[in-house]
Amino acid sequence: MTALEAPLRPSIGARASRLLHGCISSPGNIALTLALLLLAGYVLPPLVGWAIVDGHWGTGPEACAPVDGKQKEGACWAFVGARWSQLVYGPYPESEHWRVDAVFALVLAAGVALLSRSVKRKGLIGLALILVAPPVAGVLLAGGVFGLPAVPVSRWGGLMLTVTLAGAALAGSLPLGLAVALCRRSSLPVIRILSVGYIEFLRGVPLVPLLFLVMSILPLLLPPGTDLPLLPRAIVAFILFNSAGMAEVFRGGLQAIPQGQFEAARSIGLSPAKTMALVILPQAVAIVTPGLLNVAVAIVKETTVILIIGLVDFLNQIQAGLADPKWLLGDQVRDSAYLFAGLVYWAVCFGLSRVSARLELQRERRG
Amino acid sequence: MTSRPSAAAVAIQAAVLILLGAVLWLAASNAVANLTRLGINTGLGFLWRPAGFAISQTLIPYSESSTYLAALAVAALNTVLLAAVSIALATPIGFMIGLGRRSANGLLRGVSTGYVELLRNVPLLLQLFFWYFALLRPLPPPRQSLTLLGAVALNARGLFLPVPIATEGSAAVFVALVAGIALAVIAAHLLARRRERTGDAARTVPVVLALALGPGVLAALATGMPFHWDVPHLQGFNYQGGLAVQPELVAMTLALSLYSAAYIAEIVRAGLDAVPRGQIEAARALGLRPVMVNGKIVVPQALRVIVPPLGNEYLRLFRNTTLAAAIGYPDLTMVFGGTVLNQTAQAFEVMLILCAVYLAINGGVAALINWYNRRLAVATR
Repeated sequence: MTALEAPLRPSIGARASRLLHGCISSPGNIALTLALLLLAGYVLPPLVGWAIVDGHWGTGPEACAPVDGKQKEGACWAFVGARWSQLVYGPYPESEHWRVDAVFALVLAAGVALLSRSVKRKGLIGLALILVAPPVAGVLLAGGVFGLPAVPVSRWGGLMLTVTLAGAALAGSLPLGLAVALCRRSSLPVIRILSVGYIEFLRGVPLVPLLFLVMSILPLLLPPGTDLPLLPRAIVAFILFNSAGMAEVFRGGLQAIPQGQFEAARSIGLSPAKTMALVILPQAVAIVTPGLLNVAVAIVKETTVILIIGLVDFLNQIQAGLADPKWLLGDQVRDSAYLFAGLVYWAVCFGLSRVSARLELQRERRG
Repeated sequence: MTSRPSAAAVAIQAAVLILLGAVLWLAASNAVANLTRLGINTGLGFLWRPAGFAISQTLIPYSESSTYLAALAVAALNTVLLAAVSIALATPIGFMIGLGRRSANGLLRGVSTGYVELLRNVPLLLQLFFWYFALLRPLPPPRQSLTLLGAVALNARGLFLPVPIATEGSAAVFVALVAGIALAVIAAHLLARRRERTGDAARTVPVVLALALGPGVLAALATGMPFHWDVPHLQGFNYQGGLAVQPELVAMTLALSLYSAAYIAEIVRAGLDAVPRGQIEAARALGLRPVMVNGKIVVPQALRVIVPPLGNEYLRLFRNTTLAAAIGYPDLTMVFGGTVLNQTAQAFEVMLILCAVYLAINGGVAALINWYNRRLAVATR
């Protein structure tokens, strides 16, 4: 972009004066501004006072316990501090926490590699991650091989379970969704009809009933005597559910590719498979990345639903902590715990949605 | 495809069908073995047996001796009620916040943006827990209720609202009201035709409103207001009379409508952004008043962009009602996928019915939205 093409950016002073003018341009606007300022004055200082000034930062229940029978005002951050290990690792054995940390590092590295601007060849990295990361993380967490002590799925919990579920749902639904989207464009009627039926069924049935369906039906369909723990069943339900959403996103991307691209690829003698892999998909993936990130945000948010079937994810770990008699010290414990959980989810989802919006904007600018 | 399918295409499709059939056959034989081993009944006969459990909110008569079929109807109505009330609340809130994001007032823009970014990026279930466990459950008992104008009461047992009760002579008012609305619909149609023919925008809105409400109001005055308000009042340890709304429904409604409002706000904002600035400037240059610019130029064009995603958002809200299972509001999923499944153990039948009901409602609403959308598109030519 040359200097001449650079969009004109008004100075900070001009922007501030325009902002101020917008707030007082008419009597109605002045009244609105005053009302909003009053509301902010009514809400914000007490909130800051409660959360920070009067907050209790100790490491045990005694930090928030009533003194002389009088309940303590202010947030109870001691709850978060004291239960940190449970919130992050759940009942995972303490000596094996490093394995969870390694998986967290893997997820973080994958995220940075795929979302940062400077990394090149993201398609290949993404493909390698989808193929390699889930089995590596699975082996690391489950153990039982390479001298790692086995940790049964029933001892997975907390943030670690949330990340595992979200990661597995993402890694599973991406390729499945792409496959279904490609099948939907097939010229073979049987394959097209089957994939349309698949998408319509999974987009019409909400996640919770689908979760119940997989929970109750899947064990009946397996050979008698097979015992499938709750988590794999939940992962199956999440992958199925989100593959339909992914398929719709991919479909939009494939539809956006001009017909001329297909024809040009065919005219230079590429086979249909090569046309897809070398010409169409690279363009389509660039188009759908923001949409895929939005599905990822949705996945992170909907992982909380598994507490309905009794799995102890991050949110359910908080619920479990609040039910602990040691922490029945008043409303402020629960309020601070929910605020903390909200901040954690918000940071992840807001971050991802900002990246999605940035990519969308970049694509629009490029035209 | 007009050409004859090639041999390869036929072979591939046949192979897919055979593979699918084999998987299904394997699954079915496993299922039969499992069902026999576990001694589970099959068939839909259970629907006509007494359910034997109570449901905490019933819109139609239901007792423990009612059938499973009746339980299904009660639960489905609970889901529909929740979705309908939440949509009715989410739409105006979402429109207001969406308009706020395009307001000239920077402070209002900031607050609206903050609302959208906060609500959209926190899991709905956590928001539901906040409303239910942090806000509604710690409310005081009925004796120390929060009250509004002495008519509305909010306490740990739920929300208590006054309801109008029809007394003798109210039938005439209803007839007058229905007749008035019918007249108004006809008048609106005729006035619209006249406007298209002559370009004369006669005072459609006041005429239609007067026709719609006038006869009913006049009849009510003539018969001496045959209604009275049934106001909830404290009696003993709880409120009696009025309309009692259980706290689970209040929490679900709050969570669903505020969450969806954030998405609706974004849809409305995108719709407003889609109207070219030149349209507004041209309308102003023609001397249209601001109300007319919005009503005749901006809103009709924005609506065309807003309606399809708005319909999808309604469907999403409907699907999100299933979170009710987390706090115990007796919706379709909780009653049928939870209690009934546990009692009968007939997973295949129960889940088939459950999915069929969701697919049917989902498909019905989707068809309705498509129909409305087509009408809107045609009307704009």
